[in-house]
Amino acid sequence: MDIMKIIRALRLKELVLPLGAIFLGLLVGAIMILWIGKNPLFAYASLFYGAFGDLNSIANTLARATPLILTGLAVAFAFRCGLFNIGVEGQLLVGGLSAAYVGTVLNGLPLIVHLPLTILSAMVASAIWAAIPGILKAKRGVHEVINTIMMNFIAYALVAFVITGPLKAPGQIPKSADILETAQLIRLSEFAQWSTSRLNTGILIALLACIVIYYLLWKTTIGYEIRAVGLNPFAAEYGGISVNRNIILAMVISGMIAGLAGAERVIGFHGSFILGFSPGYGFEGIAVALLGKNHPVGVILAAILFGTLSSGGRWMAFNTGVPTELVTVLQAVIIFFVAAEQIVAWFFRSKKKTRQVT
Amino acid sequence: MRPVEPVLQMENITKRFPAVVANDDVSFDLLPGEIHALVGENGAGKSTLMNILFGILTPDSGKIKYKSEQVKIESPNHAIKIGIGMVHQHFKLVPPLTITENIVLGSEPKAGLTFDKAKAYSEVSALAKQYGFNIDPKAKVADISVGMQQRVEILKTLYRGAQVIILDEPTAVLTPQETREMFVIMRSLVAQNKSIVFITHKLNEVMETANRATVMRRGKIVGTVNISETSTAQLAEMMVGRQVLLDIKKGSAKPGENVLNVVSIFANDDRKLKAVKNVTFDVREGEILGIAGVEGNGQNELVEVLTGLRKPTSGHVFLSGKEITGRSARVIKDEKVGYIPEDRHKRGLELDFSISENLILGVHSKPPFAKGIVIDYDQVAKYADTLIEKYDIRTPSAEVKANSLSGGNQQKTVLARELEVDPILLVASQPTRGLDIGAIEFVHTQIIKQRDAGKAVLLISAELQEIMGLSDRIAVMYEGNIVAVLDAKDATEEKLGLLMAGVFDAPKEAT
Amino acid sequence: MLDVFGIPLLLATIRSASPLIITAIGGLFAERAGIINIALEGKMLTGAFMAVVIAYFTGNPWLGVFGGIFGGAFLALIHAVVSIKYKANQVVSGTAINILAIGLTGFLLQVFFGVAGTSPSVNKLPSWGPFNPLVYFGLVLVVVAHFFIYYTPQGLRLRAVGEHPAAAETVGINVTRLKYFFVVLSGALAGIAGAALSIGDLSVFVNQMTAGRGFIALAAMIFGKWTPVGALFAALLFGFAEALQIRLQGIVPIPREFVQMIPYVFTMIILAGFVGKATPPAALGK
Repeated sequence: MDIMKIIRALRLKELVLPLGAIFLGLLVGAIMILWIGKNPLFAYASLFYGAFGDLNSIANTLARATPLILTGLAVAFAFRCGLFNIGVEGQLLVGGLSAAYVGTVLNGLPLIVHLPLTILSAMVASAIWAAIPGILKAKRGVHEVINTIMMNFIAYALVAFVITGPLKAPGQIPKSADILETAQLIRLSEFAQWSTSRLNTGILIALLACIVIYYLLWKTTIGYEIRAVGLNPFAAEYGGISVNRNIILAMVISGMIAGLAGAERVIGFHGSFILGFSPGYGFEGIAVALLGKNHPVGVILAAILFGTLSSGGRWMAFNTGVPTELVTVLQAVIIFFVAAEQIVAWFFRSKKKTRQVT
Repeated sequence: MRPVEPVLQMENITKRFPAVVANDDVSFDLLPGEIHALVGENGAGKSTLMNILFGILTPDSGKIKYKSEQVKIESPNHAIKIGIGMVHQHFKLVPPLTITENIVLGSEPKAGLTFDKAKAYSEVSALAKQYGFNIDPKAKVADISVGMQQRVEILKTLYRGAQVIILDEPTAVLTPQETREMFVIMRSLVAQNKSIVFITHKLNEVMETANRATVMRRGKIVGTVNISETSTAQLAEMMVGRQVLLDIKKGSAKPGENVLNVVSIFANDDRKLKAVKNVTFDVREGEILGIAGVEGNGQNELVEVLTGLRKPTSGHVFLSGKEITGRSARVIKDEKVGYIPEDRHKRGLELDFSISENLILGVHSKPPFAKGIVIDYDQVAKYADTLIEKYDIRTPSAEVKANSLSGGNQQKTVLARELEVDPILLVASQPTRGLDIGAIEFVHTQIIKQRDAGKAVLLISAELQEIMGLSDRIAVMYEGNIVAVLDAKDATEEKLGLLMAGVFDAPKEAT
Repeated sequence: MLDVFGIPLLLATIRSASPLIITAIGGLFAERAGIINIALEGKMLTGAFMAVVIAYFTGNPWLGVFGGIFGGAFLALIHAVVSIKYKANQVVSGTAINILAIGLTGFLLQVFFGVAGTSPSVNKLPSWGPFNPLVYFGLVLVVVAHFFIYYTPQGLRLRAVGEHPAAAETVGINVTRLKYFFVVLSGALAGIAGAALSIGDLSVFVNQMTAGRGFIALAAMIFGKWTPVGALFAALLFGFAEALQIRLQGIVPIPREFVQMIPYVFTMIILAGFVGKATPPAALGK
């Protein structure tokens, strides 16, 4: 039974549900493509080519995946403490805003100070944004879902105010001034001649964050306590773990990761804060976390998948006329299938848990 | 004697679940106007049989005859329609709605499109009067007592014309006073020719109320007897399969200094009602103090105060002279108080953690398991292996999740974790609930070992036999008070039973 | 001065509040049945889109309203099946519905009309006095909903299911069927509200035109403590804030973004119990 051992080691069984959901999602997409009279195989081939066709495309796909790694990680981390951080979108915006401020206003600092300071400011701002619903949950018992949604909208308004007001750059487009060179993350297009990609060192930060979070969750007392609270707050409480403290801590850390996502976009990908730059990275992060089973490795894989879909979608639209919104529909369908495990389980007939008789 | 047609006959019922045969060729009948007790331990199959009768489960084989006609009961709705009603252990009432709304729910009297509230109130009042129930139809269920809620549940079945009423462990959550009132209600129901199936494991109640008793054990029927021809001893033997002598071997206690001093503790429950009222007692090293009492008399809240999970509203708790009143669970744990919680799935274990991760819960941030914030998993593994052997935890490895263990092994895991930190006080709350005989003996042995090693042990149990067998001194808790503290040798079942019933000086009148 | 305040402000308030009222009441029907409804935004958007589609192909805005009902109800049905039958987490499935709505409407906008941003014009609903017919519908809906919930047997069952579904189940109420019904109803109502946006006051569908109103409706529902009358007052309050802010533009220098924050901040405050407590139905989300 060596094969079983390998399968168990690679945790391949864990992949069944996500792969099944992806397969079913693509199936639904194919049906829709047929309905509008196009060829699904051709469409998907175009999508794949658009995402991976040449080195530059691959770079673009990774660039599109970068914020998702971070937002997915942020959502996943909060889930580990039993928390639904739907507010990653607002947290990343606030983080980006802070980065925009520190990155454009503080002139005359050397890179070695300015860049870390900018990133740190993003993390602090987004941590505060996430801490508010966390504290309200811990102290007042208010469910974080509603509060984080509310904070998202407050963030939209705040960001709109600042970017069309105090931080607005001269000109028509609602954006901030360009980030000073000493606070920028280097883009691929800047040091590779063959590339026009905005893939930047932020992806390294994202991968580093995944490693740190993995270590934090499974190798430290902090992670032990957060997981204990997430799985069973009653037993955790008896074990001397402060449930409230960990709820707030988990939201703060989750927010900090979200802030990194905003920072990467502002000081890396775009080079300034452009109003409306996020097509919903925070919400896509929920899908990424789900698909990746709230594990850093899964998050990276799922983020690359979603990045592929988004990145390749444009070429698919150009080449075959299938609207890019199909990709959005695909993402939603995949979320449905992941969330409704039973559909996929039934489809592939995996083992169910045995019922206990008291 | 003219033979009477049974109102209900269940014949050769078999029901299998993946791990166990819950009902194995079970036959059971019910005569009109009788109280028929269905007796057995946890897991004997009583609830399964009644869930089949009430349409919650379908049998794999066998048939049911109701009023001489064969029926297939597809759903609770169907059961209710043909006149079978059930009052579950966990009430199915909607707290924000009134008693009347709860009773008529699903069969509401209408006036055109509207809900005819006036008619509903009058119907419910009339029904209550008919059976001698004393209720306020307009009261919200959230505001009434547990005993009252149970009466509402019974009225629900009567409102829908139940002829057969199944009561699943009805007295489990009642005070002795309310239990007495329940028996009066049961008798008035059968006087109006209803038939009652009374599921219980409390033999005294069976002897007091039932006409016949059917005993089940491990999914099979052991026998059906007339109450007039049997005794608790015989029923107990049928239930367990051997002479029940709670034969716990222990030597005499050698108590020393006071370890735990509880002084005038008051505490509220989750609904902000007074649950613990002016409780004062001590536990010395080298002795087991057992607290007897029907569940729901404040024991849980008291235990939570002692273990740091609930703040008392007033009073003091001292541990070896040091004040620990209102301190957190973490601090109290650090002061070497061990706790076996009554709900190991809720309080005791992280079911999704591995056994080794569970074994360090509480000491996970201390050396040798942690250096700063980093956990040393080698140390953890070593510790786990040691404990698994020492406490005979049956498991393929230390890394399997706790939810894959049996109940007994889960409890051993909890015990191991709590005892290994060498507590000076052990608080054990319902420590053998839901365990098989072997696990129960193991737990009892460990508790006595602790006492003999000079620890103080506080035992809270609803099983009188367990209290009487293990304790050196026995306290009785009733309605939030400690109403008596006796030496074990002076305690008899009668004495304790009366105290638990709130009978200290003069018997109270039923309201 | 009376130009700014007075009757025009009142009318603008009601106009602003109307889609919120309809959606919020729809939302509270579903939540009272125990289903968390953060998908109101998506259902509203789909309703707005389908209203325009039907109005375009039939030339009749009244049929367009039915299009709105269909759009919202269809998405709600998906939501219901995934959440009830397949027991998916309701917050997740709700988020997915919102994403699906954006994708689907954008996709179909392309497919039906060949455009990316704004649909072609359609006939919009006639004005009955100062308002379009759906505004009156919203006000009537408050009365009907209140009566339904507190004075009919079905309303009693709805309240029971949201607090203690097991209790309802044991008295023979088909809890599953009830949940499906109210979720689809909430979708239909959100769809009507969407139609009010696209063919009530305007006559086009614009990509993502709901702009968060579904979430403001959610806030109104919570702020109104899950009651129709409460939702009415909350929606009016939020509508007032929006209408006032538009009028104050250029006169008083309050940045409009801060006024936009008001519904959300208020909801957080009331949820935190600083001004009375808003408790959701006990079995919500289970």
